[in-house]
Amino acid sequence: MRFAFTDEQLELQRVVRELLGRECPPARVRAAWDAAPDTPLAVWPQLAAMGVVGMTAPERFGGLGLDELDLALVLEETGRAALPEPLLEHTAIAIPLIAETCDEVFCDRWLGAAAAGRAVITVGLAGAPFVADAGRAKLVLLEHDDELHAVEPRLTTLTAEPSIDGARKLARVEWTPISATRVATGAGARAALDLAFDRGAFATAAQLIGVARRLMDMTVEYVKLRTQFGRPVGSFQAVKHQLALAHVAIELARPCVHRAAYALARREPDRAVHVSMAKAYASDAAAGAARTALQCHGAIGYSFEYDLHLWMKRAWVHAAAYGDAAWHRARIATAVLDGEP
Amino acid sequence: MELAFSAAEEAFRAEARAWLRANVPRDLPPSGSERGFAAHVVWEQQLHAAGWSVVAWPRAFGGRDASIVEWLIFEEEYYLAGAPPRVTQNGIFLLAPALFEYGTDEQRARILPPMAAAEVLWAQGWSEPGAGSDLAAISSTATRTDGGWLLRGQKTWSTRASYCHAMHGLFRTDPSAPRHKGLTYFLVPLDGPGIRVNGFRRLDGDLDFAEIFFDDAFVSDRDVLGPVDQGWKVAMATTGSERGLTLRSPGRFLAAAERLVDLYRRTVSFDSAAARPRSGRTGVADAYDRGHRDAVIRAWMDARAYQLLTLQTVTRLVAGQTLGAESSVSKLAWSELDLRLHQAALDLLGPMAELGPDAPSAVDGGAWQKGFQFALAGPIYAGTNEIQKNVVAERLLGLPKD
Repeated sequence: MRFAFTDEQLELQRVVRELLGRECPPARVRAAWDAAPDTPLAVWPQLAAMGVVGMTAPERFGGLGLDELDLALVLEETGRAALPEPLLEHTAIAIPLIAETCDEVFCDRWLGAAAAGRAVITVGLAGAPFVADAGRAKLVLLEHDDELHAVEPRLTTLTAEPSIDGARKLARVEWTPISATRVATGAGARAALDLAFDRGAFATAAQLIGVARRLMDMTVEYVKLRTQFGRPVGSFQAVKHQLALAHVAIELARPCVHRAAYALARREPDRAVHVSMAKAYASDAAAGAARTALQCHGAIGYSFEYDLHLWMKRAWVHAAAYGDAAWHRARIATAVLDGEP
Repeated sequence: MELAFSAAEEAFRAEARAWLRANVPRDLPPSGSERGFAAHVVWEQQLHAAGWSVVAWPRAFGGRDASIVEWLIFEEEYYLAGAPPRVTQNGIFLLAPALFEYGTDEQRARILPPMAAAEVLWAQGWSEPGAGSDLAAISSTATRTDGGWLLRGQKTWSTRASYCHAMHGLFRTDPSAPRHKGLTYFLVPLDGPGIRVNGFRRLDGDLDFAEIFFDDAFVSDRDVLGPVDQGWKVAMATTGSERGLTLRSPGRFLAAAERLVDLYRRTVSFDSAAARPRSGRTGVADAYDRGHRDAVIRAWMDARAYQLLTLQTVTRLVAGQTLGAESSVSKLAWSELDLRLHQAALDLLGPMAELGPDAPSAVDGGAWQKGFQFALAGPIYAGTNEIQKNVVAERLLGLPKD
């Protein structure tokens, strides 16, 4: 029993953190808010050069053939940086979905370009009304009646649906399923789409851990500096205790996310329960961290020009994406309470 | 990452499970009475005779040299088998870690084996009427005398002390030193002259608390644990384990969560007109059930999450790291989850929840109410949760002291 990451996985986390610290400062996140939905991605080429964008692709397509255990800490870092780019949809969901579901011809056509970062692929699973980053995608994977369709932009009509997280470029995608877009059907497609959803929930949870930790870091720094009544506000127990509880929530959520990564990487039969544990705890921990961060900042945190809200809004929207905490608890309840004793 | 247990660990689990399933007593009375306590001691002696009392200790002291992972496995099996909380725990889980760290060879050889065998039972003597969360405010004193020390003062809220043979705790040996200095850790027999133990009842009505009065009670030099005036450091060796791993392994919460799931299933079936006040015709019933369902699954999830947190910590310990202020995170997690878990059970029971153990209609012998009242102590003992939050904020997050 060893519930920890390998040195290689920790090293990958370190280099990604370093890259994002340099290339994705808050100013870059703000710039993404203001950018049009089809603006080229700024950090993407460097993440691709590092192998991160294609890390889940099989090696024969130029990827690294890595799995969720390798991805978990990378996603935590993209959350920490509030990376305004679709690593979640592209790397965590779309690439493995194509590699495991589609035929050789299709894989040959798309996976090399996807692994190299040349073609962005995004995903719209059933239940999600909007698709992130469809405006810069070369391909949109869409679920329709338990079938998987791969749709090129020329066959879609996009209507921008601006999110309160301005860095998330959401769109409503109108399209018509035709045989030419259908890439997987039947029980195999159904299972693959369920797995894709779980990958999305896990990846969102992993990013939320990073978002929550960044919110805590910002807040701890601030309450040490901000003085009222002649002393740092961080010396008051009313402030300390809120932050301590937010910290405990994150510390409990994080091993759940790592457990989910293991369940996905090892294809465990009860993976759904582990993924739901991760998403439920991470959603609540991040939303709680956002609430605590704002309260401990006070009015400055309520200011649009101050960076805190960039992470708060990411916490809110990701807490709701790929199933919110209540949905995931309900899914666990169905498995645990309604199953055979 | 590898979450499977080794073949040796699985064999250990199988052996523990087989013995526990065959030997755990089904009808133990509550431990909070003379008779009940004696029955629990007999059980723990049986546990020791079979070599399961202190699995992680060296064989020389009555253990079986189990690894920390095996210890966790044992705890899971212990509670899943329905075995009761350990009445020896203030010795084996609290004093023993300090003895291993600060005791002399003579002290370990003399004290640990009868502790493991449940022949000498230990109580903890930390709290005083004026020193609870503010432990450093201890005012009981120890004064030098020929060959030892004379103790004066009062300890209180000492669990099970009425039934114990000895007590371990802090006394002030240098009144002129600052608060945390000048304390010394003593191992005190409770049957000597100058000591009076006065039992009193806890919230649940069990006679399980005691106050202990010292009136020039003698304690010999060989019963000083660690250096004189360094008792705070010795005590911290205890709290690291008390708040963290040893006192509250995930096993008991996992077992309680499984029992809660079982209660939920039974409640659904036995139901319930009794448990659903006037909701039959109003459409409230479904929403009411959903609320209970969510509370039950949250408790089940909390126990699992705490297990994962613990496995992560154990992995660090196995890799040679030490447990520091992170133990406060554990303490906050398990104490709050235990309370929520039992609250969920009482909510499920509805009007049955208030029935005491003697009520003919009591569900599960009133165990849920008992467990709830016990869980209420969790956020208070072993350092209140307010103190733990200060520790997390100051030592883990780096916030300034107030």
